Parts: sequence; structure tokens; C-alpha cells
Amino acid sequence: MSHKVYDTAAAALKDLPFDGMTVMSGGFGLCGIAENLIAALRDSGVKDLTMISNNAGVDGFGLGQLLERRQIKKMLSSYVGENKEFERQYLSGELELEFNPQGTLAERIRAGGAGIPGFYTKTGVGTLVAEGKEHKKFHGETYLMETGLTADLSIIKAWKGDTEGNLIFKATARNFSPLMATAGKITVAEVDELVAPGELDPNFIHTPGIFVQRIVQATCEKRIENLTLRERSPS
Amino acid sequence: MSETKTGWTRDEMAARAAKELQNGFYVNLGIGIPTLVANHIPDGVDVTLQSENGMLGMGPFPYAGEEDPDLINAGKQTITTLPKSSFFDSAASFAMIRGGHIDLSILGAMEVSENGDIANWMIPGKMVKGMGGAMDLVAGVKRCIALFDHTNKRGESKFLKACTLPLTGQNCIDMVITDHGVFERDDGQKRFRLKELAPNITLEEVQSKTEANVIWSS
Repeated sequence: MSHKVYDTAAAALKDLPFDGMTVMSGGFGLCGIAENLIAALRDSGVKDLTMISNNAGVDGFGLGQLLERRQIKKMLSSYVGENKEFERQYLSGELELEFNPQGTLAERIRAGGAGIPGFYTKTGVGTLVAEGKEHKKFHGETYLMETGLTADLSIIKAWKGDTEGNLIFKATARNFSPLMATAGKITVAEVDELVAPGELDPNFIHTPGIFVQRIVQATCEKRIENLTLRERSPS
Repeated sequence: MSETKTGWTRDEMAARAAKELQNGFYVNLGIGIPTLVANHIPDGVDVTLQSENGMLGMGPFPYAGEEDPDLINAGKQTITTLPKSSFFDSAASFAMIRGGHIDLSILGAMEVSENGDIANWMIPGKMVKGMGGAMDLVAGVKRCIALFDHTNKRGESKFLKACTLPLTGQNCIDMVITDHGVFERDDGQKRFRLKELAPNITLEEVQSKTEANVIWSS
């Protein structure tokens, strides 16, 4: 068995957490979050986390579990809003929050993972997001500088993975995870299905194993945040 | 006794916005009224809907029992695929948006100014949920349509000389569709011009409810 494979999420994270660390957590809303690794991070008791995640979970689920135990010091997100405990901690000043436009957040993570310390973008010019940032003109248009992001740890969720850490994501559960895999000093992936090398077609790997240091098979609850259905028309 | 209906309902605003869709367009629809635009895509017009969480070719909501927690739109609603659908990561998604590959963005607004600024993400003093992808959309998409009620609950204009709320983007709105009418400008240098009045809305009425300096004659 590959040295990357761990039996449980707790075992995969055992020696990694330290107080004050920066963690990237994949997912969009509750879609594609590493449920088991988030729970293991909570159970580690680690404190003062800076969490980089597009959203902040909901009360009691996803990153909401870390918020409940006051383990997060600062969030870097594009949209929060689905979480009363988050709102309470933010309004009382217990929790720092840095909003990034979603595309800027994605690109900062992509850049950080690719060894790019900064880049220029039009997004946010003339808004609060631009305050204090370097501006520069290219071809007559104004852009602002954003910096790349890296993390001590990235926790992500994939659909299928092999024991070498090659990953395939499913549908819109992919979102930020392939980017975060590149930007974590250590990336731990939980997968619905863990298979032997050769079982995944190399033509269809989304994240090559070089970006994944640890992998664990885990069952996710996959909670649906906003179930929306259409009526069957009478035939 | 029947009351004469004035102006457009939200659904009618969405239907009016849908007339701006052209064959072959890649389109991003914002959360709220803009989502309704998908219900009014004209017959014979083939558009591909982008969802910024990582999908092109968004299909309709699923039938009960066919929902997939791994398949949602940017509003976190369950959706389905179409034969033409594709999935991608968030960086690729925003390369489409920021790189100018999306033809049209239709979004909601709290305020729009006469020079095309938009504010739709933050009310100071209230809990702020975040801008999500809105700042990227208005900065990067070729054409942006703002869809909103012409006035607030106090009857005050939301189409202003200058936005009072923190901006989402500057000089980026090309068309305004409210319950009172349609306003358009050809490029970022020009003023908005009244293009169309909603049913039973008079020119005097919309003028009295509009703070923005608009060209009223066609």
C-alpha cells in the first residue's frame, strides 16, 4: 500500500494541526466539502485557525462545526451568510473576516499553488476591495494587484482517487479543491472511492498525485443546502 | 372592480431581460429575479447558462428522487446536466468570467448610477454576506444588465446620479431593466436613454421616480 494512504480522517491529520495555522478547505456551500477531514480537524482541538474557504458552512455542519467550538480566528471567503453562529461571532468581534471576490479568491489560490506571488485584475477596481492595493494601468485600463495564497494544510474532497493521490472530482463538487490541492504545503484528500493505480484513466485525472500527500477513503453525508425540484408534468 | 396593473411583475421583468438573449450566447444569471430569466428563453434561441461554481450548460431543476448533492448552481439549488454540459474548477470558471468569454451577465442590484456603477453586495451597518462572484462578473463580462425594482420601499429612486452604497463595480452596466421600463446606453462613455416603458407607466411618472440623468427622448 502506498505511503499516502491512511485508514481514517483522524489518522490522516494526526500530526498536522498546530494552533494559528492556515487551512484551505474545499467546497462551494456544502457541495464538495471534506466532511470527514473537517470533523477530524475539529476533534484535534486546534485553535486560532485562519480558514480559506469560499463559504463558512452552515450552523453545525461543514466549517460551522469549527466555528461552534471557536477554533477559527479568521475567515477568508467570498460569501458567508448561511450561518447564524458565524454572524454572531463576527458582529461581536470574535471572528475576523476578509472578503475576496470569488474569482479573485480562486485566482489567488491558483497563483499561490503555481508559485506566483501576485497578479493584476480588474475585479474590484473602484470598490472597497481595492483599498490599500497597488494599482497599475495596462493598455489604458486600471487593474489592481492581488497576492497569491498558500496554506499550511489543504483539506479537500474528491470522487475517486488512487493510492498515488491522483484525483477525479464529480460534477460541481470540484470547485476550489483542485486549486487548493496545489496551494497546500500538505494536502489531504478524502475520496468516495479509493482505488489501485491503473484503475483511473490517466486521460481523465483532474488533480495529479504530486499535489496530494495523503488520501483517505471516507463516507460523506452530502447534505443538500437548497433542494429545488421541478414538477413532473402530467402525462 | 378590476385594478389597472401598472409596470412589470418580477416575472415580466425577467421575460423582458430574456429578449436580450441571442443565439449562441454564453450567459451568467445572478441569484434572485435574474434566475427567472431562464424560464423565458425565447423559442429558437440557444443559449448556454454558466454557473460560477463550475458548470456550463446548466439544465433544469431535477425531478424528485433525481437530485444529486454534487450537482448544484451558484444559489446552491439542485440542478441537472444537459448533453452539452461541462464541469470545471473555480479558476477556470472565473477565467471565463474575468477573461471576457461570457457574453452577457444579468444581475440584481440595490442601486445603479447614471454612469453605470452598480452596488449590490453591501449595506453598511448590516451583516454583510459577501460579494460572491458579483465583482468578477461586472468587471469581466462583455455586457451587463441590471434588473431591479425602480424604487425602494419608501418610493425613492434606485437609479441614481451616484450610488450611495459601496460599489460592486464602476461604469459596467450597459442596460437597466426595472418594473418601470428599460434604459440602455451604447458604451461606457454615453448616458442611459429610455428605451421602453412598462405597461401603464407614463413618461411623467418614471421621470418623477428617476434621479439619474437619463436621455428621455429616443
